Amino acid sequence: MTPARAIAIVILLLAAIPLRGAEIPTAARRSGYSFMTPDSKAMQDDDTANPGMLWVLDGKALWEQKLGAADKSCADCHGDARSSMKGVAARYPAFDSALRGPVDLEQRINLCRTRHQQATALGSESHDLLALTAFVANQSRGMPIAAGRDPQLEPFIARGRALFMQRQGQLNLACANCHDDNWDKHLAGSPITQGQPTGYPLYRLEWQSLGSLQRRLRGCMIGIRAQAYDFGAPELVELELYLMSRAQGMPLETPAVRP
Amino acid sequence: MTASALINVPAKARRGDTIEIRTMMSHIMETGYRRTAAGDIVPRNIITSFACRYNGREIFRADLFPAIAANPFFSFFTVATESGKFEFEWVGDNGFSETASASITVE
Repeated sequence: MTPARAIAIVILLLAAIPLRGAEIPTAARRSGYSFMTPDSKAMQDDDTANPGMLWVLDGKALWEQKLGAADKSCADCHGDARSSMKGVAARYPAFDSALRGPVDLEQRINLCRTRHQQATALGSESHDLLALTAFVANQSRGMPIAAGRDPQLEPFIARGRALFMQRQGQLNLACANCHDDNWDKHLAGSPITQGQPTGYPLYRLEWQSLGSLQRRLRGCMIGIRAQAYDFGAPELVELELYLMSRAQGMPLETPAVRP
Repeated sequence: MTASALINVPAKARRGDTIEIRTMMSHIMETGYRRTAAGDIVPRNIITSFACRYNGREIFRADLFPAIAANPFFSFFTVATESGKFEFEWVGDNGFSETASASITVE
């Protein structure tokens, strides 16, 4: 049997399995880290071998850089990121009262740029936006994820959860078909994993770059042959929010390394 | 944005110790074999050589090629002979040239 045919059969079999709707019990939750080989784990654990630290270093420089019509740096308002940003990334996506909805960390950084620095927003997946996000999130490394506790977020978490459970695309798969129901199995030799977003933005060896959770989600959607939402689409932010609230209490790993 | 490097050299070592040196340089390592959606070749942009000098004497050199992944990582060993400085140099396409250094105290 050719590998392509084997993959097609596995996918068809997965599609035939009814949704068990069994969400992962708290005690059984596992970071993507625990599915990795010892080599990849060692790469993440060593700050001089973890390529994500290159972005963190660049983000540290950007934090101090004055820009925009306001001629202000992040540090001018927020001071030392080691104290002011500690725990912040663990609470994102968070509710923005002006937009009356959740914004993720990348969007918050861009809102800060447009509202307070009076500068232009950085592009999705641009080097500088990933660097700043990684630098901010790195300040919360090891802290438990605490996203989604704000009661105003409830309807948005519910929408994100509904999207997670919704079958979509030509392969007619929901996120939950793989990441709730079959995370202990393999797909084409790779562990399926639980889809816990504990280390974003993270360095993916396949990307040879740092990337955001939205990039990862879009990759999954293209994989099930669905139309991927655009970067920054409310649906993606709601999905991020659901995933982060689903991972409540798990330690943040940014910048993680994944295959 | 200037390129950044991650360097790991032990701050202290005993004379005669074998020490490990690790370096990583941020670089996209574009192979020159890929094409854009319009079919145009994406021009090659790689680091072509890396060298490490220990108090001026070259102790490690490597040539790099398109098959090497982004953000090249090197790990190599040397014998700590005297206190001083390790200097690192990366040279590549489009005039890419970066240096970094790290000090060691040998007792």
